[in-house]
Amino acid sequence: MNTELLGIIATYALTLLIGIPLGIYLAKMFAGEKVWTDFLKPLEKGIYKLSGINPDESMNWKQHMKALLMINMVWLVYGFFALIYQDKLPLNPDGNLGQSPDLAFNSIISFVVNCNLQHYSGESGATYFTQHFVFMFLQFVSAATGIAAAVVLFKAFRDKTTTNLGNFWVFFTRSITRLLLPLSVVVAIILAFNGTTTSYEGKDQFISLQGDTVHVSRGPAAGFVAIKHLGTNGGGWFGVNGAHPLENPNYLTNMVEVISQVIIPIAMVFAFGYFIRRKKMAWVIFGIMTLGMMLLLVPTVISETGGSPNIAKMGVSQLTGAMEGKEVRFGPTATAYWSTVTTIISTGSVNSMHDSAMPLTGMFQLIAMMMNCFYGGCGVGILNYFIFIIIAVFISGLMVGRTPEFLGHKVEAREVKIASIIALLHPFIILVGTALAAYTVTNFPDADWLVKPASWLNNPGFHGFSEMLYENTSAAANNGSGFEGLGDNNVFWNVLTGFVLILGRFLPIIGPVAIAGLLASKKYIPESAGTLRTDTLTFGVMTFVVIVIIAALAFFPALTLGPLAEHFSMIK
Amino acid sequence: MKKYIIQSLRLTGVLMVLLCIIYPLTIAYIGKFTPGEGAGEKITKNGKVVGYALIGQSFTKPEYFWGRPSAVGYNAAGSGGSNKGATNEEYLKQVSDRVDTLLKYHLYLKKADIPADMVTASGSGLDPNISETGAIMQIKRVAAYRKLSDRTVAELVVKNTEGPLFGLFGPSKVNVLKLNVALDELKK
Repeated sequence: MNTELLGIIATYALTLLIGIPLGIYLAKMFAGEKVWTDFLKPLEKGIYKLSGINPDESMNWKQHMKALLMINMVWLVYGFFALIYQDKLPLNPDGNLGQSPDLAFNSIISFVVNCNLQHYSGESGATYFTQHFVFMFLQFVSAATGIAAAVVLFKAFRDKTTTNLGNFWVFFTRSITRLLLPLSVVVAIILAFNGTTTSYEGKDQFISLQGDTVHVSRGPAAGFVAIKHLGTNGGGWFGVNGAHPLENPNYLTNMVEVISQVIIPIAMVFAFGYFIRRKKMAWVIFGIMTLGMMLLLVPTVISETGGSPNIAKMGVSQLTGAMEGKEVRFGPTATAYWSTVTTIISTGSVNSMHDSAMPLTGMFQLIAMMMNCFYGGCGVGILNYFIFIIIAVFISGLMVGRTPEFLGHKVEAREVKIASIIALLHPFIILVGTALAAYTVTNFPDADWLVKPASWLNNPGFHGFSEMLYENTSAAANNGSGFEGLGDNNVFWNVLTGFVLILGRFLPIIGPVAIAGLLASKKYIPESAGTLRTDTLTFGVMTFVVIVIIAALAFFPALTLGPLAEHFSMIK
Repeated sequence: MKKYIIQSLRLTGVLMVLLCIIYPLTIAYIGKFTPGEGAGEKITKNGKVVGYALIGQSFTKPEYFWGRPSAVGYNAAGSGGSNKGATNEEYLKQVSDRVDTLLKYHLYLKKADIPADMVTASGSGLDPNISETGAIMQIKRVAAYRKLSDRTVAELVVKNTEGPLFGLFGPSKVNVLKLNVALDELKK
């Protein structure tokens, strides 16, 4: 077996070896049981005390959502002004300028919502102050927001009937002190010892071997890169993200980074099952998510290692696969693996340029973000999957003629309505955004913006359409990767994706938590022979079918116009 | 509601101290004990810094091994890939021109000897590596310009080839800058 294939198999095996025990730990930790990290309690007590928080105060689902929205609002307002005035703030050794209002609007939303779309480039568009006190800060807290929201949902199904769903600030703070921060320190140290920079010295200059003068951007990237992956954020310190040799110096760091971005999403599935004392359900959900991932991963690896047919025609040898936009130290196989992982979960960090991937690879990346629930982002992955569970419960209930129930609570019209709206919101914002963009390109090519619509697209034809579709999909899925050829730093894209981002974040968090809160307050019906069990493989497959049908019906036409058309025009 | 605003503001402030000051400074301190002391590992020739081990640089002179094409001309102040799609005609023309250029400088080569990484731009534009095949195809040219035997240069390439991680995982590769520095030092 070749070493590249062996590399990704080892990577996935390590992921499970860390992710599954981590999930069991999370279940115990969030339930308040004894865990080995309890020595951090004094730190948490200090944080609560300084913030005026009473950790024993319990909240219902509405209070949870109020607290969540309020703190997110604080970050939005603060971050927006920090970015605009970053040139006047300290810690700016490279003398970078403030962001324009529309760019700052986009950047701050995209970091608050855990997306990290990045219409700026880290080397020139941010200062050390904003990289730390805005971007890295938000990478921690946006991930913790998602995890805390998911724990609220877990809590709703742990007891039979309850409105007491714990304290939001406690879930939020513990996500940071007991999970994100300790893991970030470990990952950052591994990265630092492999060559990722940590020092605060600014740009360097040297004379190359050939005699050219070269400038090198540097900076304390290691800590940033660690949390960007663990928190499924994905925003890079440098413009090209995980492809940059200082962010991702070698094959080992590549493994560490791609493992660290998916362990928490996998852990959350197991945390759910163990928290509500239904381990079998965790394994079924995990099995279906893994099936979904494999169905995207295998063809992606085949398509990339097969190489580009057009370059094959030139007679050049593509021993290991397609190489445009890829780095030699990772090779096409590990790059394909990364591209699948980063799109099924909502990280969106890249170690290659997705724009240059094969058309079918691009399609699988798009599908991964369109479904957005195979493992999914920190906390939000399991929330998205929960929506499909509710729809599956409803549909199968209708099919077998039983009252739809989930874990002993009747699922009624109100819950199904919320679930349907959330499930349909995703295709709606993606397709409307793409349609608006396509309309603007065609009808207003000369609009006087920073980048004219006529020069938005870096590639002609079907691929150009894919670039616009990808940008909207990535924004709606809060993913943050891009077909980076798109000229996206202008008022149109900054504002459009700003709205797509915010719609794609908060409603899909509030919806599932609301459903869970409503269900938890209903009378508990003990399971009987007439109950449709939701922890069986049959039900798992049913959920999978629902996910596929919703995505297929909604997105197939758009995919036909972009990557599919490009693929068939290429192999004809 | 007002209670949540005040709690939000205070919690934000407290967490900033922990996450934006204590955490990065801890990492920066630990970074001082790494090979490049946290500022990037440098490569020196005769005591003079000639670049960073991880940052590729532009080599155009025939007596040096060449790296991959770069969309940003190896300008490490920024970074970037070409972002060209697989069916872009203009891009395909560019790749085919690169093939022709390589053939012109290496008359002994057939097209099938050229690996894809030598004619395609990397993701970062700063890729420090080329594939083993990419180095091997250049041996004869470099040896001729330096008036060295093919064997001497080939041995140097073998010495500078890094195998898979633990001999098991991932591709093997050649660091172009390290190889070229080794070549220059050979002459003395």
